[in-house]
Amino acid sequence: MAHESIPPLRVRALSIGYGTQVVQHDLSFDVNARSIFAIMGASGCGKSTLLHSLMGLLRPSAGAVSFQGNDYWSADIAKRAEIGRRFGVLFQTSALWSALTASENVALPLQMFTKLDAKSIDALVQMKLALVGLDTGWTSLPADLSGGMAKRVGIARALSLDPDILFLDEPSAGLDPVSSKRLDDLILELRDGFGVTVVMVSHELPSLLSICDDGVFLDASTHTMIAQGAPKQLQANCTDTTVSAFMNRTSAKTVTESSATHASP
Amino acid sequence: MSQSLADQRWGLSLKGGTALVTLQGDWIGADAVVNPDQVAGLLAHGAVTSVAFDSSLLRRWDSSLLLFLSELRRFSVHRNIVFEQSGFPPAACKLLDLLPVDTVAAAPPFETGNLIGRVGQWCLNRGSELRSETALLGALTLRIAPAVRGATQMRRIDLLAAMQDAGIRALPVVALVNILVGGIIAFMGAVQLRKFGADLYVADLVGIAIVREMGPLMTAVVMCGRTGGAYAAEIATMKGSEEIDALRAIGIPLDDYLVLPRVTALTAMMPLLYLYGSAVGIFGGFAVALMILPVSASMFFDEMRANVTAGEILFGLAKSLAFGLFIAMVSCRIGLAAGRSSADVGRAATTATVTGIVGVIVMDAVFALCAHAMDF
Repeated sequence: MAHESIPPLRVRALSIGYGTQVVQHDLSFDVNARSIFAIMGASGCGKSTLLHSLMGLLRPSAGAVSFQGNDYWSADIAKRAEIGRRFGVLFQTSALWSALTASENVALPLQMFTKLDAKSIDALVQMKLALVGLDTGWTSLPADLSGGMAKRVGIARALSLDPDILFLDEPSAGLDPVSSKRLDDLILELRDGFGVTVVMVSHELPSLLSICDDGVFLDASTHTMIAQGAPKQLQANCTDTTVSAFMNRTSAKTVTESSATHASP
Repeated sequence: MSQSLADQRWGLSLKGGTALVTLQGDWIGADAVVNPDQVAGLLAHGAVTSVAFDSSLLRRWDSSLLLFLSELRRFSVHRNIVFEQSGFPPAACKLLDLLPVDTVAAAPPFETGNLIGRVGQWCLNRGSELRSETALLGALTLRIAPAVRGATQMRRIDLLAAMQDAGIRALPVVALVNILVGGIIAFMGAVQLRKFGADLYVADLVGIAIVREMGPLMTAVVMCGRTGGAYAAEIATMKGSEEIDALRAIGIPLDDYLVLPRVTALTAMMPLLYLYGSAVGIFGGFAVALMILPVSASMFFDEMRANVTAGEILFGLAKSLAFGLFIAMVSCRIGLAAGRSSADVGRAATTATVTGIVGVIVMDAVFALCAHAMDF
């Protein structure tokens, strides 16, 4: 709370890649407190890779990521673990621990990091699962859950330690439009309710437009960010053909052509 | 000019600075593919400033035509020659639009250095890897006692589950292997010793061989294939499904949650399995001896008791403790180091099994050498 003015997440001159392959370079942006921040871009442009290096899973090749003013990658392991404990994470595939039931998945972080007794943990777990709207399947193994249910359990797990920042990797991927809409509403409610900052990767236009209030757009061919701002504004105002093609669901080629024909007469 | 290059599918005529390419007939199949170098030679004439097409005589065509056109276009762009698409069939125009005009420039790679630098870096990396791995194994060993006391984040329920899996569930296969090995040793010994009238010494042979060598070794080999491979495969699978990432992202120590329960369980169970396996192995040897030699049960066990000392059993226990620790730690590390594909899971299981078995046999040899040096 003392650091209200410092953005919860600040990225400066970040380069990421695997081995000698550059995925994205020269990324700089701030994520403001309580915003829902979108990492946008076409498939394969490095959105998930960027998210992985923000959440501490992939060391960037250059640049800095800082949380509440603390530089993450230059900190020692203990400090990194301390910062990381404030993260909640939902993976693209949900990545629930397959040997544990839904409620055990939510309970594990509490068992590992708190000294709460079994009864309190049970109560917390039930509350979190109810919060994400899961009323059945608490004792099922992840393999027996539907995709939408697994996402909800994943979010409940991400919320189990009441994080400051929630990282969501394509939360609505693979869900039907209704479930996807419900998940969007849930993310909004959680942000408003818990005051959590959300960083999400997505290429689902409806989600991006309806819930995100800030974001960056990554380009696959130039390997860097080419636009920044709320998806709605980008849709309305962005002059870059790649971004406006993405946001208006046209193919980049048609945009180039139509702008070319407008220019020629 | 250039007419010599042309064949029946296309012709070239020069009018001022414009090269008119006439496309005709069928462009079908591999025969119709024109070598890109030949295409480049087409417009190499200095005076050409634009290229146009006439496809009124063109009949059927496939990607051979498309390749020809895209190569021409690429060459034109390089030479600043105007490329006039209007003479194409409309479908070819559309397809050509899908292709990049030029090869896309790749992102600048990170600095890699020269060959010697890379080899040096590789060696340094391997060296520091070996050092950090050894340090990790050491640190892990030191955490076993606190883990058992409950001073780490290891969950007791995970430990109990791992113990059940590495202990009780392993009993049948350990028994089967040891009873057969005991029987085989007795049979081999009996055939040889009978020649010297030394029938009774089969008891010593079986006792010492099983308690000192074959008991710990065979039990470890069985556990390596059964449990070591399973540990590596389990952890590698978790890696592929992002479960390990989920643990890391939340900050749950992998050692405490995944490795310690398994290492503690196998280290604790291996000596017990050894005792059980040895007892069953001796029984197997005894049964065979009873069947083919004129010895009685009391003779057999009296003889064995006189020569198989408590020291031999302690030696076997110490070995199986070391084997258990080694197999569990190596398997878990191999699982954690695995890649993310399904092939990597198989590779991790194989590597863990092979490394485990070879390592156990090498360790057994070292134990034998040490025992010999100490006159034990």
